[in-house]
Amino acid sequence: MKIKRQRDFYSGLMFAVAGAAFAIGATNYNIGDAARMGPGYFPMLLGGILCVLGLVVAAIALRPSGEPNPVGSIAWKPLLLIIGANLVFGILLGGMPTVGLPALGLVVAIYALVVVAAMAGTKFSLKSALVLATVLAIGSYLTFIIGLSLQFQVWPTFISG
Amino acid sequence: MELIEHLALGFEHAFTLQNLMYAFVGCLLGTLIGVLPGIGPVATIAMLLPATYALPPVAALIALAGIYYGSQYGGSTTAILVNLPGESASVVTTLDGHQMAKQGRGGPALAAAGLGSFFAGCVGTLILAAFAPPLTELAFKFGPAEYFSLMVLGLIGAVVLASGSLLKAICMIFLGLLIGLIGTDVNSGVARYSFDIPELTDGISFIAIAMGIFGYGEIIANLSKPEDERDVSVAAVHHLWPTAKDFRDMTPAVLRGTALGCTLGILPGGGSLLSSFASYTLEKKLPLRPGEKPLGTGNIRGVAGPESANNAGAQTSFIPLLTLGIPGNPVMALMVGAMTIHNIQPGPQVMTSNPDLFWGLIASMWIGNLMLIILNLPLIGIWIKLLTIPYRWLFPAIVLFCAIGVYSTNNNTFDVWMVGLFGIVGYIFHKLDCEPAPLLLGLILGPMMEENLRRALLLSRGDWGVLVTRPISAGLLVAAVLLLIIVLSPTVRSKREEAFVEEG
Repeated sequence: MKIKRQRDFYSGLMFAVAGAAFAIGATNYNIGDAARMGPGYFPMLLGGILCVLGLVVAAIALRPSGEPNPVGSIAWKPLLLIIGANLVFGILLGGMPTVGLPALGLVVAIYALVVVAAMAGTKFSLKSALVLATVLAIGSYLTFIIGLSLQFQVWPTFISG
Repeated sequence: MELIEHLALGFEHAFTLQNLMYAFVGCLLGTLIGVLPGIGPVATIAMLLPATYALPPVAALIALAGIYYGSQYGGSTTAILVNLPGESASVVTTLDGHQMAKQGRGGPALAAAGLGSFFAGCVGTLILAAFAPPLTELAFKFGPAEYFSLMVLGLIGAVVLASGSLLKAICMIFLGLLIGLIGTDVNSGVARYSFDIPELTDGISFIAIAMGIFGYGEIIANLSKPEDERDVSVAAVHHLWPTAKDFRDMTPAVLRGTALGCTLGILPGGGSLLSSFASYTLEKKLPLRPGEKPLGTGNIRGVAGPESANNAGAQTSFIPLLTLGIPGNPVMALMVGAMTIHNIQPGPQVMTSNPDLFWGLIASMWIGNLMLIILNLPLIGIWIKLLTIPYRWLFPAIVLFCAIGVYSTNNNTFDVWMVGLFGIVGYIFHKLDCEPAPLLLGLILGPMMEENLRRALLLSRGDWGVLVTRPISAGLLVAAVLLLIIVLSPTVRSKREEAFVEEG
């Protein structure tokens, strides 16, 4: 059969699975009883309720009545590029000791983030992305490093030593 | 008089040159970011919160209050000029505000919003100062059972206001409560759901979740829409000052809006959204004067009323936060986050243990309102220019600020990964029509609810009846149930859906 209210159905499933996961996870901890709640008591209670509510949401969505609300296509390009820009920023800023990548510092990370993120837009031009990155790098340096004196590594280790 | 004495103490602390500057910078930054389309107060505050870590507590809260007002006013500006509400509370402002702007009366609409907000802010501050002490007295009578029931009421109140499915909103609360439990359990010291990741024993940073869901999630959702839907056309502003007739029309609306906002803001779960909605509905119900345009076609009452209510509600929603320590809406939840970072546990003890902070904050709210009016009306030209910045310049900058901001909270890349993760979660919520605001409230209240429920049941030796046998607690729960029944009753239900359809 075809599910008409897809958004409701899948969100119901999501809630049910999340609730169940928290409730099952809670069994690893001491549950206790109402008078002496262990660390597992409250999550078990909430997780159980969430699981039941999620199933109700999904069940209601299966009724043939109501307007269809299809989930539609997933915007993979912006999703991957925005999250990717974020990951690249973190890796370049903090380095990745496990693969032997040294920390490259804030400036490099800003350029990488802006260029990767800008690719998510419809009209991408490398030149304007670099201009934007330069403006943001100078702005961030002035605000965060000079203005707020936050502790950041600004330049790659092999330059600053 | 005690009230005057308290306010004097507050102004003494707020009126230092340094604090005035922070209020000013806060308002400026708040408006600057709030005016950018699609960024509401929650995202603005989450983004700017890390910038306030280095400040002393009073200054940080003053700056944050400024950011809050600024972003709210910025949201109204976009609502009026480009028909894009920056946040849910300014949705109703678009109805008449943008119509006015289209008719070349954008200036008076902006002025009405600004002046109305300022008046409402003044009244709200006075009410806050007058009601806080007695409510604090009451709060000291609250035991764990009462706190638990109050939080239940607050969460139900927040759900009632969410647009879309009520059941899904309740699910989002539960999800938020559960995510809030991740980390070390204060009673037993057990690290829950930490998967042996050391960073998770402190719980997931609230800022990372807020930025991920409200920042990244929104950006991804925005970018997935075709370009032409995003392009904004800004209505021109010719003259700013309302005419004498405008003043005659808007004054009663401002008064009504302020009264409504002050009342509704105090309720847990209330605040600016409910207030602006109620005010618009009221203005719409009132008979038109001869020759007056109907609401929805550019009537100044439709801007002045909701905007005043909105600001009055924003002001008085600090009351439950400051007196009971319970955030009534997501913005207040962020404020709790800010206070805990500065080692202040929000609640009735703040007023006695940090009177300078408490009254300083209240005074600074008034200053924030004043700043807004002297800042925004003359600078309106600049804000309009900002609106025309294309989105393709904006979104990489927002991604960057979120990433830098969250990294600077702990100087740890782990939080950067968490923003990314919750960005994906935020996009899923968007796809599945799940409103994220209730989740944020649940997140903050999760540990508090557990703690109070645990204590209440410990005292009653495991008897759940304690929640209904103590009169105040029972009253709060009855109110919560009533609220649910009212919302679920068929007539109100269809009305509520109607209202949200109208807004969208």
